[in-house]
Amino acid sequence: MASERSRKADRIRHVMETEGDSVERNARGFNEGRYESVARLEDYDAYKDRARAIKEDAIERLPELIEQVREAVEENGGTVYVADDAADANRYVRELARERAAETVVKSKSMTTEEIDLNEHLEAEGCDVWETDLGEFVLQVADEAPSHLVAPAIHQSREEIATLFNEYFEPEAELETAEELTAFAREYLGERIEDADIGVTGANFVTADTGTMALVTSEGNARKTVAVPDTHVAVAGVEKIVPTFEDLQPFVELIARSGTGQDITSYVSLFSPPVSTPPVDFDDDEPIADDPADRDFHLVLLDNGRMDMRDDDQLRETLYCIRCSACANSCANFQSVGGHVFGGETYSGGIATGWEAGVHGQESADEFNDLCTGCSRCVNQCPVKIDIPWINTVVRDRRNRGAEDGELDFLVEGLTPDEEPAGLDLQKRFFGNFSTLAKLGSATAPVSNWVADTLPSRALMERVIGVDRRRDLPRFERETFVEWFRNRDEPRPVDADYHAVVYPDLYTNYIRTDRGKATVRTLEALGVAVEVPEVASSGRAPLSQGMIATAGDHARDVVADLGPYLEAGYDVVAIEPSDLAMFRGEYERLLETDRYEALSERSYEVFEYVYGLLENGADPASLRDADDGRGVGSALAYHSHCQQRTLELEAYTTDVLERLGYDVLTSDVECCGMAGSFGYKSEYYELSVDVGDRLREQFEAPDAADRTVVASGTSCLEQLDGLLARRPRHPISLVAPEESE
Amino acid sequence: METQLEMFETNLESVRTAVTRTSPAAFQETLADVVDRPTVGAPLPFEEVTLEGLDIVLEPTPDQLREAACGVTAAALGVADYGSVVLESTPAGAELAGLFPDRHVIVVRERDLVPDMASAFERLGERFRAGSDDAVIATGPSATADMGELVYGVHGPRETHAVIVEA
Repeated sequence: MASERSRKADRIRHVMETEGDSVERNARGFNEGRYESVARLEDYDAYKDRARAIKEDAIERLPELIEQVREAVEENGGTVYVADDAADANRYVRELARERAAETVVKSKSMTTEEIDLNEHLEAEGCDVWETDLGEFVLQVADEAPSHLVAPAIHQSREEIATLFNEYFEPEAELETAEELTAFAREYLGERIEDADIGVTGANFVTADTGTMALVTSEGNARKTVAVPDTHVAVAGVEKIVPTFEDLQPFVELIARSGTGQDITSYVSLFSPPVSTPPVDFDDDEPIADDPADRDFHLVLLDNGRMDMRDDDQLRETLYCIRCSACANSCANFQSVGGHVFGGETYSGGIATGWEAGVHGQESADEFNDLCTGCSRCVNQCPVKIDIPWINTVVRDRRNRGAEDGELDFLVEGLTPDEEPAGLDLQKRFFGNFSTLAKLGSATAPVSNWVADTLPSRALMERVIGVDRRRDLPRFERETFVEWFRNRDEPRPVDADYHAVVYPDLYTNYIRTDRGKATVRTLEALGVAVEVPEVASSGRAPLSQGMIATAGDHARDVVADLGPYLEAGYDVVAIEPSDLAMFRGEYERLLETDRYEALSERSYEVFEYVYGLLENGADPASLRDADDGRGVGSALAYHSHCQQRTLELEAYTTDVLERLGYDVLTSDVECCGMAGSFGYKSEYYELSVDVGDRLREQFEAPDAADRTVVASGTSCLEQLDGLLARRPRHPISLVAPEESE
Repeated sequence: METQLEMFETNLESVRTAVTRTSPAAFQETLADVVDRPTVGAPLPFEEVTLEGLDIVLEPTPDQLREAACGVTAAALGVADYGSVVLESTPAGAELAGLFPDRHVIVVRERDLVPDMASAFERLGERFRAGSDDAVIATGPSATADMGELVYGVHGPRETHAVIVEA
């Protein structure tokens, strides 16, 4: 296991060094463009809802829609073939090529043909196959696989492409600028298109009522690929079907904005082939105007596992994906490594796990599935609202169940009261059972802290469970937050308007007890009657490792522990955003509806709750303001937590801080790069630091360098502590009244 | 308050498409000024204006298509809020004339403007259900960023120019 981890770390380091800069520049550019472009779109949320509803309906009625497409296309004069799998699709297209004695085939970009390796099969038939999309062309020359759904050669810089072309084509004058490279490719591929016997395209959408395929492109190569040769083959997954022509509209508004941040691409081609354009025979001198009836069109609808995905309650949502790449572009890890690390045989980015598991089998998701840390930043970015982290968790869980028996189990035996299968990877068991570890660590502190920090311990932990020795370990407090509250001798306010349980999450209870105490003082100062009972851990830790059954147990324990308080009218205040995200998000999947709703409707993030209290008339004068900050200063640099941002809670913290006189500058990078256990794992440590570097740069820039750094999440605080010379603080520690003696 | 026509013009310019307004009477003179030669084109499906009588090859051979500096074709619709035009194919090769030459001159009638994509799709839906085979919603020139920087004029035109026929 240790050598496997080290191989993985080497591979990640290598790709970060060779491709990282290019991927980062491009993916972040797309992502920033997306934020700007969707902000310009009126009714963005309504479009997302509509797009989602269309996809839900289409996938539900898929068998019926496939037949409707067949009728519509046949009525237009084309042919539809539904291919069971890759081999079936390839055989069909090969036979067509053979019948037409095709020598040259030109293609416009299509991930679906990548999925089935169509080029290799056509080449085996003796065809010269050329990719006419410039990004795909670069990859064809370089003999590489796409690293991005939309911009396949995103990992290559202009300089690298120039070197590649100059070596491969040996042009008369060396190519250097993007213009020169583009002009060369245009001319070279133009000749291939003129010679082509067959044009192959994908399809972004296919409409059932009119048999129209929509191709979303910018270069014009798809149009030439369709127009010039007399035979057109389109290969599309069955999930690309939408019921009606008008259903295309919301997707046309969303797809480019979500992907590259353009309002719309240069071309949205709507073809109900055979098209009206006369085919062009460049060997002929006659005027082109001709009888388009000579045209031949074949639509190959590919199943290849998709109908099974449709039957799978957990993977079905993957089929709603419109392959826009928003999940990849918004993913902090993807921004560092791109699709050659965060991707499988064909697909890349967050949604790749679902696609790979569905079309290539679950094991094809193994290599990269762990790179989804469940930070949830992609969830709101997806134009069809797919819960991508959940799909990743499900596949992780399914893979865990198939994992090999681990050795050295004795190290975590006794720490592992989980119900997960015994073969589960040791590292995953360790992180998944963090609640048990925290209890032990706290009970034996400070000895446990001291032992854990010794060199031999760190070496052993690194070798056996892959906890990177460069990462500082959390230091357990001897007195837990719950114990502190129980031992405290403070009278509860009488006749309080609000009653709240402060949720003692693992970190607050065992490690960062200060922020729990500050929360209690803050709420009490605002007149809330507070309780801090013993409550089970949320299950976030096992869920992150793909241990869904164990997480479900935790969820049931949490609602059992909190049940009496909820019934008595208490609110639940969570300090750790990732735990609140469990209550509001994943618990819906882990609990019965009424239990989920009872908890989620009454749970608040701490600053969301404080904001509500102030809005309802509580007096902020009882809180510490910017003038009374014990040397903190009034200027803050604030990093919200990824799940807190997904839940749209960031504004509550900044609002409360500003009311108290602070000047707040906020980070805008996607993530701190830590995401809990992720940054501790030796195979991901360097990636985590690379991602964190973007936040470090932002907080070391002149406008932030002198500000006090505050962050809401435990993992963010730990990461920032490692990255910056300044010690970051939880914002509640700034506003809480002083401890009374 | 900006009119639909003004909005269309503003958005055409923001997607790098030059704009010339003209009247049916002045159409041929205007067009002669904005085309590069040699020019190919496809007959316009409009009553008020025609390409006949201009120095434009309306039934080009493959060589003429390849050598043309400019192509002139009609747009069925203009979409004001995107600066997009809807180009339909014809058996005479309108698709090709608007795709191969370096410069594409698009003739669009003011009366064919629609405010937004939703209206465009309603109109297009009717046309497609009535048997129309294909349409391209084109917004600005062809473009790529695959070579490391944004470049205009890839497989399609480098320059686009809309001639709007008023009334």
